[in-house]
Amino acid sequence: METKRLVVVAVGGQGNLLASSVLGEAALLSGIPLHMSEIHGMAQRGGVVESALVFGDASSTIISDGEADILVGFEPAETLRAINKCNASTVVITNLAPLMPFTVNIGQGVYPDLKNLQELIRNKAAKLIAFNAADLAKEAGNVLAVNMVLLGALIQTGVLPLSEEDVKKAMKRKTKQQFLQSNLKAFDLGYSAAAETA
Amino acid sequence: MSQESDLYFEYSTNEKIAMEVAAAAANCGVRSMCVMKHVGVNVAADALMTLAYVGVKGGMVIVSADDPFMFSSQNEQDNRFYAKMSGLPMVEPSSVEEAKELVSYAFELSEKLNEPVLFRTTTRINHSTGIVTLGKIRERVTQGDFVKDPLNLVTVPAVARKLHVKLLEKYDKAQELAETSEYNFITGKGKWGIICNGVSYNYVRDAINDLNIEDKVKVLRMGFSHPLPAQRIKSFLKACEKVLMIEEGEPYMEEAVKAFAQEEGLTLEIKGKAKDLFSRLYEYDPGQVRKCIAKYFGFKYTPTEVVDTADVPPVPQRPPTLCAGCSHRATYYEIRKAAEGMQTIFPTDIGCYTLGLLPPLSTADFLLCMGSSVGTSGGFSKVTDKKVVAFIGDSTFFHAGIPGLVNAVYNNHNFTLVVLDNGTTAMTGHQPHPGVDMTQLKLEGYGRVSIEAVVKAIGVQYVTVIKPYKVKKSIEAIKEALNFQGVSVIISEEPCALYAKALKLPQRKPFRISEKCKDHRDCINHLACPAFYIWDEKVNIDPNLCTGCALCAQICPENAILPVKATA
Ligand code: SF4
Repeated sequence: METKRLVVVAVGGQGNLLASSVLGEAALLSGIPLHMSEIHGMAQRGGVVESALVFGDASSTIISDGEADILVGFEPAETLRAINKCNASTVVITNLAPLMPFTVNIGQGVYPDLKNLQELIRNKAAKLIAFNAADLAKEAGNVLAVNMVLLGALIQTGVLPLSEEDVKKAMKRKTKQQFLQSNLKAFDLGYSAAAETA
Repeated sequence: MSQESDLYFEYSTNEKIAMEVAAAAANCGVRSMCVMKHVGVNVAADALMTLAYVGVKGGMVIVSADDPFMFSSQNEQDNRFYAKMSGLPMVEPSSVEEAKELVSYAFELSEKLNEPVLFRTTTRINHSTGIVTLGKIRERVTQGDFVKDPLNLVTVPAVARKLHVKLLEKYDKAQELAETSEYNFITGKGKWGIICNGVSYNYVRDAINDLNIEDKVKVLRMGFSHPLPAQRIKSFLKACEKVLMIEEGEPYMEEAVKAFAQEEGLTLEIKGKAKDLFSRLYEYDPGQVRKCIAKYFGFKYTPTEVVDTADVPPVPQRPPTLCAGCSHRATYYEIRKAAEGMQTIFPTDIGCYTLGLLPPLSTADFLLCMGSSVGTSGGFSKVTDKKVVAFIGDSTFFHAGIPGLVNAVYNNHNFTLVVLDNGTTAMTGHQPHPGVDMTQLKLEGYGRVSIEAVVKAIGVQYVTVIKPYKVKKSIEAIKEALNFQGVSVIISEEPCALYAKALKLPQRKPFRISEKCKDHRDCINHLACPAFYIWDEKVNIDPNLCTGCALCAQICPENAILPVKATA
């Protein structure tokens, strides 16, 4: 089976780990081998969380520089920071709603210009799908569903060997019952947003 | 765990104690396990080295979680050397699935040899998720008995001399078992060889696939890696023209393998750690392993084309910071205020509060290990005339702070120790400790130790308790403590904001910036609370992050920070 490598980067609290566990469950449902790992040193204290998911025939649970088939960034500056994971055929999905790092607020560092950021990524990767996932999450009725919006976009690209159906089944198993409806809606909104970019 | 099964589980105060508790249980014939970080084994090492002599009756497994790259540790020591130093057997899994299998293997091994087995893992495996197949769990024995046998269990020199002989005998027996262990295996064929262990094995497997060299390189994977199976390795070496050692961390196997080659008079090339190959630093990754294999054996290989990042502007750092409303921020601010004009040294310790290191708080100057804040303060205060103010968390205080404080009182040191008591072990995910009110967690049958009572009982002459969200009062109290000659202790009590939320303790109302704001930005610049953000050139507070601690409201020169009004 062909190997597909997915890197997900997010800021602590954005629900990266839940999104990864939904993908893990979906892989299990569809009988796709998956090896994954996540590094979340001090994520609850506002740090960065990075997950690596390797689908198909491989044993590693880590993705080297330049080896991601797809990169999903939950926050635009974090997407840019992780650009070294990409090569010229990588598909990149990014949320465009920034979460200001505190360093910017106290004047240490400048937040990258969003237009410039998109152009940089577009020039380097095979494709960029960029939209405001926070707005779509709000529209779905759950501001915390940014992760599910991006999951929808991810599945739309078809890069991963996972079907929409299996991922939704996995969402039912892995996310809280009370949020299921809004999560599914968020997923659909993300899915269509990605389709429009195509 | 203790709630869900008949397994007894405890959070011990420190690793040495954990190892001692487990060692005693295992000496009563009850299977036991103790789990710690790599640096925790340093704390437990005193017990470990002699436990190796004494051995066990029931199986005992010691799990060490090493942290190559130091994702959240103060060093990246390679604990495989503890196996070598203690003489105990060691196993190392390569994957989540294998870790599960190896645990029961390790217990059986321990019972076969009557000695504890080291189970060494690394962060990358511990943070991986994989599919495991559950098997049958054997019937548990939770009660044992202790049979007196002082001439084998009390390690006075005469006994220890005998026991060391026994340990060496067990070593030989362990080595025999390693020779035939299914966890040391060879895959592939060819005249070239790779010897690897742990997580590196996955990268080797992927590299061999990618490079399509299954029939050119054979791999010896070591899963039972102490004692190393000498015969097995020697015959592997004899069948190779050239060998590459792939192991994260120190050249633990490489040194041994080279020695085996020497014993056999073999002159083949064996390399691993080298300038142009592998480093002792950090984690390995699949791309790097692939590259080194191709280079060493001369395989054709096209490196992956990483995108060019030369034109990417620097992305602002996102270091972990103290949470919004973290009580440590308040204490740090107050200490800095109270110590204004003094020349200070701030020895710190291990916990969330180490994050006080970054500006604007800048309240961390020196750190070695858990408890070092107290010990090093003694040294700083003896040889400098600066004011030494040390920080330690409540959990770390119990873990390793108390002996240092006893030492300071006894040797009449001169410093102020601030115990940041937030009622939990916050950094690692809110584990309880001896000072925690366990009834809050709905757990019965626990004792509770008061930090204040301990400090007073040690004989500290000046002890004061502050509530850090009362800024003025706290600063006054701190000033007095700082002026005390000798050892003074300030206990700063306020629950961890994150823990309070998790416990659903009553929450305060968030604050907002009112029109009175004159844009001094004292709040944001002195406190760096992540609830602040700048929008439209103005300071704002994110009401979803603000916990209502009111620290900023108390320091705003314009009194412009007010509670959010109840929604009109
Ligand atoms: S988890 Fe608790 S102690 Fe740690 S930074 Fe957050 S509020 Fe502070």
